[in-house]
Amino acid sequence: MTTPAAQESVATRVVLILLTAALLIILLVLPLVVVLAEAFRKGIPAALATLSDPDSLTSIRLTLTVAAISVPLNTVFGVSAAWCISRFRFPGRGALVTLIELPFSVSPVISGLVWVLLFGINGWLGTFMDRAGLQIIFALPGLVLATVFVTFPFVARTLIPLMQEQDASEEEAAITLGATGWQMFSRVTLPNIRWGLIYGVLLCNARAMGEFGAVAVVSGHIRGQTMTMPLQVEALFNDYDWVGAFTIASLLALLALATLAVKAALEWRLGRRGSMH
Amino acid sequence: MTLPSRRSALPGFSLTLGITVVWLSLIVLLPLTLLALRPWTLGFAGVWQSVTEPRVLAALRLSFGTAALAAAVNMPLGLLVAWVMVRYRFPLRNLADSLIDMPLALPTAVAGIALTALFAPRGWIGALLLPLGIRVAYTPLGIFVALVFVGLPFMVRTLEPVIMEMPREAEEAAATLGATRRQTLLRVVLPALTPALLAGFGAAFGRGIGEYGSVIFIAGNMPMVSEIAPLLILIRLEQLNYAGAAALALVMLLASFAVLLSLNLLRARMRRRS
Repeated sequence: MTTPAAQESVATRVVLILLTAALLIILLVLPLVVVLAEAFRKGIPAALATLSDPDSLTSIRLTLTVAAISVPLNTVFGVSAAWCISRFRFPGRGALVTLIELPFSVSPVISGLVWVLLFGINGWLGTFMDRAGLQIIFALPGLVLATVFVTFPFVARTLIPLMQEQDASEEEAAITLGATGWQMFSRVTLPNIRWGLIYGVLLCNARAMGEFGAVAVVSGHIRGQTMTMPLQVEALFNDYDWVGAFTIASLLALLALATLAVKAALEWRLGRRGSMH
Repeated sequence: MTLPSRRSALPGFSLTLGITVVWLSLIVLLPLTLLALRPWTLGFAGVWQSVTEPRVLAALRLSFGTAALAAAVNMPLGLLVAWVMVRYRFPLRNLADSLIDMPLALPTAVAGIALTALFAPRGWIGALLLPLGIRVAYTPLGIFVALVFVGLPFMVRTLEPVIMEMPREAEEAAATLGATRRQTLLRVVLPALTPALLAGFGAAFGRGIGEYGSVIFIAGNMPMVSEIAPLLILIRLEQLNYAGAAALALVMLLASFAVLLSLNLLRARMRRRS
């Protein structure tokens, strides 16, 4: 039991809780509310009209496509990285963990820039790509590369600490009893890490679908072709089509809320909290 | 190839390490290396000239300045939220806890237009501030507000585990020895939290320097006044000035690594002393 002198008075506690509530409401709740309010300002039909607009539909499809390519790639990478880092000791292991987290400290704009420097018209491989007729920048491959860069660490950084805590003895037993590597992975490792894996994939996907800066650099903003949902939000907003911009933004906000809800449920299951960035 | 010192006969080392190293090299290391090489096609003098243009210096000062200011303001705000979340029990606490990650979950473009709508002169908050003569949207103040929004979860999530693990005995001992609650908080609790506050500052600052989506709509983007460094990179790319864009990016990366490194050293020194 804490002695009364070692904690704040009831009045202080109430004031601090109210201050926190006020801060969270102004800074975090109001932006969400304003997104929905602006979307439905001219009624539900106007908002729905945005969603049936061909350019908006294309942007939704493109966002889903980019995520559907980027997330599995980084999932395979993340599981591989977690396996070799958590189950083996080798020189450079610590450096590897640090390098995997590197994309988190790079500005989104720079995460897109690196691909333009490589594949853009004035890029290292620009002339070669042009001659070969390969379009990377201002096309789907560029959007995928930029997205893969910014979502690179998510799955790995969720799984590495999780697997380091878990004992390898079940996996060793499986191998000793004659299981192949794949059998061991699918029947022992995967069930043990499944909630952590879903957690990492969830965060990876949220970022992949919501990324703006990096894709803004490589997209070229070709309407109806290379605009993902966040880019479509920008275009509509700059056209003063606020209802349109906030309607697409509402979809992305709902994705964020769903992500937070599933995240909370998974954290309860995992009994731990991970960070989202 | 160095063989792992195996504790076990587990399979898949070469395969998974191979995938990891190849993917890391192709996606992260090679592109970043090429970024670091690109500016030098201008020659040393050219690079220097390119990153010391008045417009560039103004943008760098704005990006680093507002990021530092927002991270500093997030120290008391984050401390308040983290303290209340860890130490107190109140209705809707779990909901509030999930909400804290909202700025990280919400796509930055959505946050950007939402903050702009709120703080524009006719917005819900902007309209209240206008009679006071405060304009937030389309000024550097708007950039600051967006960076406080983005940085808050970094501060809270860095402080929470430290507050959780802080032994209550020290606080009780201080109280038993006759310290008032305020003295205990200032002399016992706050010093114990300083390394975490610095770490949170570093994380929020690091994010703030490069932030683009949540800032760009509310900033106004006036050259020399409210134009952030990442936007200038984009503008140079559009002018096909690749080397100039890379030079600016390199300066930003090096400067933010230097800041984060020195914060880490400071934290390490403080930990050694305590």
